[in-house]
Amino acid sequence: MTRETLFNLAVLAGLIALPLYAHLAEEPFTITLATRAVILSLAAVGLNIALGIGGLVSLGHAVFFGIGGYAMGILAFHAQNYMPLMEAPFLIEGTKSMPMIWLVAVIASALAALVIGLLSLRTSGVYFIMITLAFGQMFYYFAISWSAYGGEDGMSIYVRNDFPGLNTLVPIQFYGLCLAALVLALGFNGALARSRFGLALNAARQVPERVRAVGLDPFRLRLVAFTISGAITGLAGALFADLNRFVSPTMFSWQLSGEFIVFIIIGGTARLFGPVVGACLFVVLEHYIGGWSDYWHIWFGLLLLVIVLFGRGGVIGLIAGKARAHG
Amino acid sequence: MSLILIAEQILNGLQSGIMLFLMAAGLTLIFGVMGLINLAHGSLYMVGAFCAAAVAAATGSFALGLVAALAGAAAAGALIELVVIRRLYDRDHLDQVLATFALILVFSEGTRWVFGSFPLYLDVPAALSGPVTLPGGIEYPLYRLTLILAGLAVAAGLFWLIARTRIGIQIRAGENDREMIAALGVDIDRLYTFIFALGAALAGLAGALVGAIQSVQVGMGEPVLILAFVTIVIGGIGSIKGALVGALLVGLTETLGSVFLPEVFKLFMAPAAATQTGASLSSMAIYILMAGVLLWRPTGLFGARA
Repeated sequence: MTRETLFNLAVLAGLIALPLYAHLAEEPFTITLATRAVILSLAAVGLNIALGIGGLVSLGHAVFFGIGGYAMGILAFHAQNYMPLMEAPFLIEGTKSMPMIWLVAVIASALAALVIGLLSLRTSGVYFIMITLAFGQMFYYFAISWSAYGGEDGMSIYVRNDFPGLNTLVPIQFYGLCLAALVLALGFNGALARSRFGLALNAARQVPERVRAVGLDPFRLRLVAFTISGAITGLAGALFADLNRFVSPTMFSWQLSGEFIVFIIIGGTARLFGPVVGACLFVVLEHYIGGWSDYWHIWFGLLLLVIVLFGRGGVIGLIAGKARAHG
Repeated sequence: MSLILIAEQILNGLQSGIMLFLMAAGLTLIFGVMGLINLAHGSLYMVGAFCAAAVAAATGSFALGLVAALAGAAAAGALIELVVIRRLYDRDHLDQVLATFALILVFSEGTRWVFGSFPLYLDVPAALSGPVTLPGGIEYPLYRLTLILAGLAVAAGLFWLIARTRIGIQIRAGENDREMIAALGVDIDRLYTFIFALGAALAGLAGALVGAIQSVQVGMGEPVLILAFVTIVIGGIGSIKGALVGALLVGLTETLGSVFLPEVFKLFMAPAAATQTGASLSSMAIYILMAGVLLWRPTGLFGARA
């Protein structure tokens, strides 16, 4: 077992033990904080499939986060007001059932990722960064102008949605759901990275010419990766909206897209647990430095600068040493 | 819908387009010569606006405010180039995105620290306030007209600088082959700092000029930054001519779209639904324009790079 695997297991154990302790000690706020960290981790794990394996620096992943959020918001809004979503040609009603909402969120964000990917993957490098950023902004302004669903103010959902067999209003039970989603996504990410598809995608990042020479199409590999990546981030968006019982255009904001990338880098690029460590650290820092100084973004910005300029490899690189060479 | 209204809206579009050009020109120069993607360019726009507002409030002179905006933004640009940006030229785009994202956090929160969260106001100078009557009986605010003319003058100056001066030759040579011009004895570090400060000064000027018609507040730079990105993606990254054409296209599309799209939809839809659809669509119009240009030419209208 390598040091990195040990470290990953320790992180996972912490994610299970700390909230359980908080539950026993009756500190629901700590559980909420942990839920937030786990959901943001899930969003960044989604991005890490495109960025870590595929090398696609998407500065617009908040689009999928927002779409997931709005999928939950719109479905629950119609369900709580007993208003069908549409009547003709066939009746579609809103729902308060989480599995159904997740399905819609995943499909909607995957479709959006497919379309955005088709357009933006025609380019690469800086163009790709700027175009994903621009698409993010497009969705942001669209959400602001969409007054039927709250426009700039967003909309509130009164009661958290249901999951069969669980009481999602109990913080620890909702946390369990989110953690389960994160663990599944991590398992999927790990399997994907080792699969033939993941290897081909990795190769397409390093030497696209050779991948083309063996008869694979880098564009297609990247498009599939981008779509999967968007779908996972969309699921995180639906969970995030359920955590806050609120959706608003800020879920589409480009700062959030930037923060997703930041999570990955703080934790360590191309590490399975990089996004998790980064997101948890971010939430902890936000809470503690934010409580100590009103201007915590300055300190966070400076910390980030130091990490980017001098500390290659992020936190995991610091603790677990260099990534093992392939083979 | 009268012709006068249309003419006014076209002028408004030109005005926002030409201000956008000042932002986009710096971004595209910095990318073209140094290969750097600079997210913090919007912060320099904000720095310019705050310098202008603070100095104009202290001295009562708008002109001194403009000088302060140029000097402050150029100084901030030179400072971050020397301390941070210089270390990023050899890094990949991911590191550049992150480091300049970190700079945005530092600049925005730092400005909030110094000036507080409330917006500052920068008044249009008395000599330039009030409307003028243009040929054809169009009443138009003198200040906005001045912005168009000043922007065009700066654009002309920039084209002259790049096409006709020694430093312009060095900039163009730097775009083509940076090792070669270093070997020919040009101090490449100083050239890079100069270009970065020049781009910063242009952004700061735009911030100060626009600051007089909008409020000066933290976070004012980022929406403009993203519009400037759309602009240079449309125009082709690295091309100043592309930045000008792209900026005017974006400015006109955005302004005309928000006014005329709801009207167009009213021709065949109920007024309330038309206003709603038109507003939604006009907020997306420039991105649709960008997607269209990319489908047609993936490297933008004037882009040479593959």
